[in-house]
Amino acid sequence: MRYVDEFRSGELARALASELAEAMPPGRELALMEVCGGHTHAIYKHGIDELLPPGLELVHGPGCPVCVIPVGRVDDAVSLALEPNVIFTTFGDMMRVPGSKGSLLDARSQGADVRMVYSPLDALELARANPESEVIFFAIGFETTAPSTAVTLLQAREQGIANFSVFCNHVTIGPPLKAILDAPELRLNGLIAPGHVSTVIGSHPYDFIASEYKRPVVVAGFEPLDILQSVLMLVRQLAEGRAEVENQYTRVVREQGNPRALEAIEQTMELRDSFEWRGLGSIPRSGLRLREEFADWDAERRYEVPGVSVPDHKACQCGQVLRGLVKPWECKVFGTACTPERPIGTCMVSAEGACAAYYHYGRNRPKRASVTA
Amino acid sequence: MSEEQPGAEARRRRGRRFRDERITLVHGAGGKATRNLVEAVFLEELGNPLLEPLGDSALLEAGGTKLAFTTDAHVVQPLFFPGGDIGSLAVNGTVNDIAVSGARPIALSAAFVLEEGLPVADLRRVVASMAAAAREADVVVAAGDTKVVERGRGDGLTVTTSGVGLVDDRVALGAEHVRPGDKVLVSGTLGDHGMAVMIARGNLELEVEIESDTASVFPLAESLFALGKDLRWLRDPTRGGLATTLNELTEASGLCAVLEEKALPVREQVAAACEILGLDPLYVANEGKLIAVVAAGRAEEALALLRAHPLGAEAAIIGEVEPEPKGLVLLQTAFGGSRVVDMLTGDPLPRIC
Amino acid sequence: MCLGIPAQIVEIVDPEAKTAKAEIGGVRRIVSCALLEGEARVGEWVLVHVGFALDRIDEEQAAETLQLLSDMGEAYERELAQIRETAGETGAT
Repeated sequence: MRYVDEFRSGELARALASELAEAMPPGRELALMEVCGGHTHAIYKHGIDELLPPGLELVHGPGCPVCVIPVGRVDDAVSLALEPNVIFTTFGDMMRVPGSKGSLLDARSQGADVRMVYSPLDALELARANPESEVIFFAIGFETTAPSTAVTLLQAREQGIANFSVFCNHVTIGPPLKAILDAPELRLNGLIAPGHVSTVIGSHPYDFIASEYKRPVVVAGFEPLDILQSVLMLVRQLAEGRAEVENQYTRVVREQGNPRALEAIEQTMELRDSFEWRGLGSIPRSGLRLREEFADWDAERRYEVPGVSVPDHKACQCGQVLRGLVKPWECKVFGTACTPERPIGTCMVSAEGACAAYYHYGRNRPKRASVTA
Repeated sequence: MSEEQPGAEARRRRGRRFRDERITLVHGAGGKATRNLVEAVFLEELGNPLLEPLGDSALLEAGGTKLAFTTDAHVVQPLFFPGGDIGSLAVNGTVNDIAVSGARPIALSAAFVLEEGLPVADLRRVVASMAAAAREADVVVAAGDTKVVERGRGDGLTVTTSGVGLVDDRVALGAEHVRPGDKVLVSGTLGDHGMAVMIARGNLELEVEIESDTASVFPLAESLFALGKDLRWLRDPTRGGLATTLNELTEASGLCAVLEEKALPVREQVAAACEILGLDPLYVANEGKLIAVVAAGRAEEALALLRAHPLGAEAAIIGEVEPEPKGLVLLQTAFGGSRVVDMLTGDPLPRIC
Repeated sequence: MCLGIPAQIVEIVDPEAKTAKAEIGGVRRIVSCALLEGEARVGEWVLVHVGFALDRIDEEQAAETLQLLSDMGEAYERELAQIRETAGETGAT
């Protein structure tokens, strides 16, 4: 596969790993946060963490849009799915996330018509093909996915498809990043920024991290070589005492992002005053909802949802994991009370949650001698 | 009571922890949940030395003759998909369970549950397909049964096949025969069947030529019987994929299997479809492949034997057995790192993140 | 936010609706090009996410990135080769 295979070359991996070891500033321990769950997943899937030199640690961040959806919102989704005459559509990612009374998959066994879709446009098509049913689309994701929901809404309005609505749970990346950087206990030297979110928002939204917090940022692609090269760029900045925003993913990310995508979001959505993030609490101006003009396509306005805030299980340490304070294996319930089959928190349910990624790919993995020796 | 199987204690512990109150789809995915259900509910009541090993077939002895006996229920949507249908799956699935138990399949039974309203034309098509598969596999359907259930209660058509075969004296197969240093081989490309069916369901809107690999693997298995005791273990990696099957081996044997990502044969389209959907071919079902564990010194010979047959044209040596870490399956990634290949948790679902 | 797959536009399906067929590794899917600047063209490479072409892939930039990495790779291999040669001379490893 073009643009994929070349960026997974094992030979180039060794060269990069060697450069990285050489670039490490002597005597310093560095902690870099990879913000995006997709990066976490890739790191474990390819075993990239084993290629890092000693003294360099990767900390997992909160960029997992499935992980940060609070239990209460999952309950709301289940409630919508159980409404009569509704076809509830969702990405596969959300099917098994447990609410306080079960998941969407469980709702299906209770008679709800829950269907998995790959694209919001497929959900719109279902609405067109089933005029007697009401189709609701469970919209999740950061700014990467919001434009797709936005275009779908614009098309729904343009084509007069009234039996379609969106349950909007889109979130933005900036506020949680700020919340993490503001956490007093955190010791982070730099950030690996999410490549696909940046395709939409560009690289300037991260400027404040370099200018105010004096930490270097590199926008990274998702193939293993992209990730390693980004780590190298960050380490070089740190060794040279720089704090800038650099772009490693130049083949897709432009500085100004994608204006049409941003425009589509602007036309259809606006920031909520506040949105509850699982594990991080309420963060102001971090969640998106549909604008008034799209009220007819807003599932939250058309239906009653419980809207109850459900606190996390007492034993759950997802909040600390999402903020990079606790490693998955350091969580007291990791692998015992909390497993992928019986998750207590969503870090364990989503395939790209830090705990699930570590549980599947890293747990019990034997320690290897450093590749860079 | 006969000697305890390795892993029996772990099973009892898992059985005691089983607290699910209702059956969900996850119980049918072939991974941990399925295993827990089998141990906690089925083994708990039915447990006996023939059943306990939970092998692909039970090995019976009757009047001095060793027989392999197995059964398989087939539930698939859609009924017809590129490369096969529920009929060919039903025959080949049972034939393969017998084959990988070191036996020559002889006869099958087929019990049908038909849903009211099923077009007879569809039923004819399925049965014709079964007949063709049976001829190809050189077995007969010797017994059968048919029931009809009310509309809405039957999923169109489900079929359960049982099979019996004659154990080949040359081989002694089992996890207990596997040794560190043994090599792991696969007879061909991974993930074809599972992806073919997933795409045939139509809701993903992907256009691609992927066919199910459903086929009898007995000719491949039989060619390996010639290796005698150097053939340690055989399985067909169906539900849950290669990953689940190898995890069953490492758990039963207490050893470790280390795979080379670069050596895994995967068709380009299957790899691409998995990339798009966020799936891993290691966990996707196969219906016409076998995994063999062979003594190191005869691995090349085994490979040649497999490749001599058209079904084994893409066979490959994909890994090795090591003593530690116990019970684990590891993958050396093409990138140079390593990761654990865990047992499947639930049905692999496409994801966007 | 993560599963973005590079795919090539192989057919324009409906220019008004801005839909096209994209292909990767033999798999084809209809994608919306509503987020792309201008018209989609057959042969272009785009990043596909949830059924949308999120943006174009800049082939020049891709080549540059790979060249950079490959240069690093060559330099590394040369160094390794040197180490091996000199080790051979002194008999040390």
